[in-house]
Amino acid sequence: MKSKNKWLSAPYMLWSVVFIIIPLGMILYYGLTDKTGAFTLNNIIAITTAGHAKALRLSILLSLISTLVCFLLGYPLAMILANMKAGRHNFIILIFILPMWMNFLLRTLAWQTLLEKNGVINNVLTFLNLPALKIINTPAAIVLGMVYNFLPFMILPLYNALSKIDRNVINAAHDLGADSVYTFIRIILPLSVPGIISGVTMVFVPALTTFVISALLGGSKLLLIGDVIEQEFTRTSNWHLGSGLSIVLMVFIIINMVLSAVFDKDGEGSML
Amino acid sequence: MSKELIHLNNISKSFDGQMVLDELDLTIHENEFVTLLGPSGCGKTTTLRILGGFTQPDTGRVIFDGQDITKIPPNKRALNTVFQKYALFTHMTIAENIAFGLKIKKKSKSYIDDKIRYALKLVNLEGYENRSPDSLSGGQQQRIAIARAIVNEPRVLLLDEPLGALDLKLRQEMQYELIRMKNELGITFVYVTHDQEEALTMSDTIVVMNQGYIQQIGSPESIYNEPENAFVADFIGDSNIIPAVMIEDKLVSILGTRFACVDTGFGHNKPVDVVIRPEDVELTAPSDGILQGVVTHLIFKGVHYEMEVMAGGFEWLVHSTVMQPVGQEVGIKVDPFNIQIMNKPESEDEEAVAIEI
Repeated sequence: MKSKNKWLSAPYMLWSVVFIIIPLGMILYYGLTDKTGAFTLNNIIAITTAGHAKALRLSILLSLISTLVCFLLGYPLAMILANMKAGRHNFIILIFILPMWMNFLLRTLAWQTLLEKNGVINNVLTFLNLPALKIINTPAAIVLGMVYNFLPFMILPLYNALSKIDRNVINAAHDLGADSVYTFIRIILPLSVPGIISGVTMVFVPALTTFVISALLGGSKLLLIGDVIEQEFTRTSNWHLGSGLSIVLMVFIIINMVLSAVFDKDGEGSML
Repeated sequence: MSKELIHLNNISKSFDGQMVLDELDLTIHENEFVTLLGPSGCGKTTTLRILGGFTQPDTGRVIFDGQDITKIPPNKRALNTVFQKYALFTHMTIAENIAFGLKIKKKSKSYIDDKIRYALKLVNLEGYENRSPDSLSGGQQQRIAIARAIVNEPRVLLLDEPLGALDLKLRQEMQYELIRMKNELGITFVYVTHDQEEALTMSDTIVVMNQGYIQQIGSPESIYNEPENAFVADFIGDSNIIPAVMIEDKLVSILGTRFACVDTGFGHNKPVDVVIRPEDVELTAPSDGILQGVVTHLIFKGVHYEMEVMAGGFEWLVHSTVMQPVGQEVGIKVDPFNIQIMNKPESEDEEAVAIEI
């Protein structure tokens, strides 16, 4: 039985070797060599040059802000969902997932149209004789795009963790004299940590690596590390430098993953 | 009887139009072990939740020691609950679990440490302070849940089917433990269960409930020996419930045959139900019995044999240590003292109550 089942994974094994393992190997190879093929760490050390470091700092900062905003928006909502009677919450969850069924690029382009200097929002504001806003091509626009695109990835793991908390555990806290605030801080929040870790990872990692959101909403002046890497591959055609910077970014992602694994020992929050 | 502590006054509660409790009145005394007993959906857990403050009644009042606490939230009530499936805080150690309520009350560290030691000793789990709840067995977790509740020195401990998740052996052990703890603490226990054996073993008072109504309140002995209606008789232990006619005081016609009994005051030729416990049915030689019949089923139950005897058109359930083989002709005799007469249900409602089970 066991040996038979092994073969069922063969198609995926083949897929992952061709499209995951080999490309990863290539990135490592390109990242650690120069144009002549000789070993070098220059592509990785390149992260310390002013432009690259600035892009990385901006990426980390905006991802952290987006993750925080997603958390602050998502946690209360997940709590409301978790306390809702079965049946009704499915509809609400559907509303939150609905935008995810549309293409990511389309959604972000839609925001571009909304936020543009002569876009929908400013047209409405002008029509109402209000001053136009300058949102597009600011860090705020990038954060907005990140939050909009990644919020469901925060809500779902939080909802999953919160709905697993036995109602009687909360009742027990009240029973022992705890008011709502104390119960939240000492019981609900700690018990939802797996969901928090999972949600934070699922927002922070894609936000850190994105280049589409920043390219569409941040303009050409605000470069995230993702944009820098993209440019090295597509415009400058310096695969070696692009790979080197990718490795640096990967290190950050791996650190994040390790932290998640440490805090979420039961893997409770990892299921969407 | 000791002082009145809790009074549930005219409590009604419905969920989604479904009546769960209907004008329930119940008095609980100080230092009493009260068990709310009934099948699932009878309203026993709702009653407990109303006592704990987790559910608000639609009408009626909860009086605790002379004060109306109907609107008081659970965290302000002088009672604690032991929940079904324990509801321990899995992210805390055993000691932190037990200290939870005391820390809220801002007790000193030495007071809390003393209490933890005392509580763990009471539940026979000394030295478990730094363990995690997940590392304990179900029975041990239940003991911690009790310890966590009692360190707060509640005047009443509410227990919601606390032994439901344990296996039979452990359940029986815990029954004795609970009686011991109650005697040691000297507080009131309100215990919810659907297990009649648990109720009979531990309680001072049993409240039998069905479909939101209290069917009977009494000591285990009176509930078992003198059930007031067919539902109680059927729910508590096995019994033969037979339609009969009360001919006059101390004489009842069961299945057309006259039996002497001890009950009086039912009137003349009044239709009644009689309850006869299976262990009270005596099997004799056919000529010595009041009724004659044939054994139709036989099962060995360990302590006794369980037999079914067809006699007078009724299948009698009989428990006896003496075995009679299937097909054997026997006589049936019942001691007058063991015939319990009950009024026929008066309304269709009550009738339905009896039939549902």
